[in-house]
Amino acid sequence: MSSSAFQTFLILDLLALLAAIFAALSCGLLGNFLVLRKQSLMGDAISHAVLPGLVGAFLITQSRSPGIMFVGAAASALVTVMLVELIKRLGKVEPGAAMGVVFSILFALGVYLLENNAARSVDLDADCVLHGNLQNLFWTTTPSSWSPLLDIQSIQGMPRAAIELLVFRDRFIAPVPYQIWTLLGTTIAVVLFITVLFKELRIASFDAGISTVQGINAGVIHMALMTFVAIAAVASFEAVGSILVIAMLIAPAATARLLTDRLVTQILVSAVIALITAIGGYALASFMGVNAAGMMASISGALLVFVMIASPSHGIVTKARNQRRLGNLVAIEDVLGSLYRLWETDERTTRAGLLTASGNSGRMGKAIDRAIASGLITLQGSDLVLTETGISQGAAVIRKHRLWEGYLVDQAGISPDHVHDTAEQLEHLLDPPPSVIDDQSTDIHTDPHGKPIPPK
Amino acid sequence: MNDLPVSFSEILETLTLRGGVNTNAVILGTTLLGIAAGVIGSFALLRKRSLTADALSHATLPGIAGAFLIATALGYSGRSMPLLMLGAAITGVIGVACIHLILHHSRLKEDAAIGLVLSVFFGIGIVLLSLVQNSKHGGGAGLNHYIYGQTAAMTHKDAQLMGAIGVFASLIAIVMLKEFMVVCFNETFARATGLRVWLIDSIMLGLVVLITVSGLQAVGIILIVAMLIIPPAAARFWTDRLWRLVLISALIGGLSGYAGASISALMPRKPAGAVIVLVAGAVFLLSMLIAPTRGVIADSVRRLRLRARIAIDHVLEELYEREHGASAGHPIGSPVLLRLIALRGWITKDTQKSTGQYTLTPAGRTQGQRIHRNHLLWEQYLVSYADIAPTHVDWSVDQVEHVLTDELIAELEAALSKRGITVDQLPGTQANGASA
Repeated sequence: MSSSAFQTFLILDLLALLAAIFAALSCGLLGNFLVLRKQSLMGDAISHAVLPGLVGAFLITQSRSPGIMFVGAAASALVTVMLVELIKRLGKVEPGAAMGVVFSILFALGVYLLENNAARSVDLDADCVLHGNLQNLFWTTTPSSWSPLLDIQSIQGMPRAAIELLVFRDRFIAPVPYQIWTLLGTTIAVVLFITVLFKELRIASFDAGISTVQGINAGVIHMALMTFVAIAAVASFEAVGSILVIAMLIAPAATARLLTDRLVTQILVSAVIALITAIGGYALASFMGVNAAGMMASISGALLVFVMIASPSHGIVTKARNQRRLGNLVAIEDVLGSLYRLWETDERTTRAGLLTASGNSGRMGKAIDRAIASGLITLQGSDLVLTETGISQGAAVIRKHRLWEGYLVDQAGISPDHVHDTAEQLEHLLDPPPSVIDDQSTDIHTDPHGKPIPPK
Repeated sequence: MNDLPVSFSEILETLTLRGGVNTNAVILGTTLLGIAAGVIGSFALLRKRSLTADALSHATLPGIAGAFLIATALGYSGRSMPLLMLGAAITGVIGVACIHLILHHSRLKEDAAIGLVLSVFFGIGIVLLSLVQNSKHGGGAGLNHYIYGQTAAMTHKDAQLMGAIGVFASLIAIVMLKEFMVVCFNETFARATGLRVWLIDSIMLGLVVLITVSGLQAVGIILIVAMLIIPPAAARFWTDRLWRLVLISALIGGLSGYAGASISALMPRKPAGAVIVLVAGAVFLLSMLIAPTRGVIADSVRRLRLRARIAIDHVLEELYEREHGASAGHPIGSPVLLRLIALRGWITKDTQKSTGQYTLTPAGRTQGQRIHRNHLLWEQYLVSYADIAPTHVDWSVDQVEHVLTDELIAELEAALSKRGITVDQLPGTQANGASA
């Protein structure tokens, strides 16, 4: 990167990128608990509902100071949470509808106030509410004046290090707009909240009952979480807009959830995903010249789709592969089992005969080929004959099958002519219950149909 | 608001549909749409699909912007309403399909799936919108209006189409009323009777899509869902019966559409979508407050009454027990409460002893005796049937004795007399008396 390109980045993009990263991180981290508690949509509701709070606070105080805006937004977030509870209790509607009622009324109120003349000067316009205003984050002093602004008199006699510190402050700290500080502070607060109260959050999220028994008030934890969601939503709102707030509250955590079963790992992964989303989305948006918040939301969706398909543990591909492997295994076991049954009575069959008997599935044909290739079956003329290993593996399958049949009849009380199909499925998946094998009183030499159970 | 920009006669003209042709068409169309949204929203609410509709409406944005981009790229005008609506419907349905895909192919739950589709699709829409704005046709496209809705930009043809779709959707909903009802209330039963639940669900979804798409221009993407959720949620406060719910919801929806469109016609600065939703919201809040059984006021009055009754019961019971020397030593209520009970004629101030103490009147004595007896009955029942130790019964008895109905008391008496226990020889009296 040439130095002038770097300077352009520094002047035009750095602040916006920082804002996006902090917003994505603070929302993404909190989202883990929302997704876990199945309350993702509470984030949705809150991020819509802060709008009338912001506008209302401005209309009442005529001040645009971040503190007052924040109080207004937090108040309306609180109203949202309480109204949702009230409507759920009195109105007998599902939580989703209660949320929908509250946030759409509040959002409509916000839009109404915003479009009213009086609020024009808030310089929040209705579209920015949705997709933010990242491109409008500027250094408070122009780059050309990035020279020491120090008063020469006052620094005389100061140590060099202190002067450099002052220079650094005036050059890089002072011109940073307040939104960045708010977002940085929020991110730090969220990280502290999650690390300090991690144990409580985890218990309250997984099992409110156990949490209460252990002396951790799940209701208080819930309110604390909602408060922090409101804080993150308000802090991010102006820079990235409500749509990205919602996307960041849900997508990174949901994506991470498809990659791991451990909460700590999930939180760390979600932070990485939030970072990738923010940086990647911003870069792509700058490149294409489109809206950054929208692009970040799109990227978060693309990441989710990718992980949903390709996750090594929970992905669609993995699941399909496991399913296929299991299917193949079952097919081979079925082939060996059938041949073993014939072997018991000294009968033989051809490939075509076996396929007809098993309903001619393509999978069976492949299973026969695979069994021949791995030396479990040999061809004698056109007859399929089990090899030594084939016999012992076939015996193992039939042993399981007949033990299960015995168990189902003796201990589950199912009539003998109804157990075959169940045993047919269980034989591939589970070993027979130990009680059947250990129990000396049960006859483990013949199955309910009188057929011998092969020894181990 | 203090300087209304319109005169009274103008207001009257608009409200009675004597304004301009366009205005009338818009008001009428919005009213019809409101009615249809109220009807179909009722089923969406009962089927627990309210927020799916929200995801659907957000997912229409990429369709609108995409349809515009494709149409202009092919050399057609991108502003044709039917075209934009078609695009909106397509991506809306894709959005709902994505929710189902996420639910079936991952471990994520419905809330996350809805939120994901809602935000990601809308994000894609925003990206496409900025592409539209960057393109050379973009400037005047006015696609932004679909986000918050703008009735001012509607022609009377747009409004007629909207109204016609509203009527059509309502008619289908009425024809399918029985099927919808069964599926909403008992899906398993519906399946067992041979109904194809997926088909009925799809028709319901189709109606929601129709309402959403046709309402986009007037109400906008963000708030259209409010027209589907708020009227039935408000109606839910008034009734438990489905057809009444549908009717009330349709009324509220129609009223919101009518009032919202009129207000925004009179005051062009007001965003119609927001006004419509605020009218519906006002009706909702009113319903929540004053509905006869479910409303906040009715609920508070009921709670207050119960608390007052319990407090009165305690005073009468205590006075009765004191008369019989079996008091547990509970304090008598506050002076205000006592005066209240005196007003009812159950106690009088003891004038002879001039201690300012209250004594029971004959009517009050009967009441006190009844409460005392209920207390003993329930206590005895707990000791002999629920195996609770006599020392532990008092607490739960104090709560239950006030809600015992006459039937329950008769049952208690019967149950106890079967064991040979009559109320007169109850040990509770002695136990309480001894502990006092």
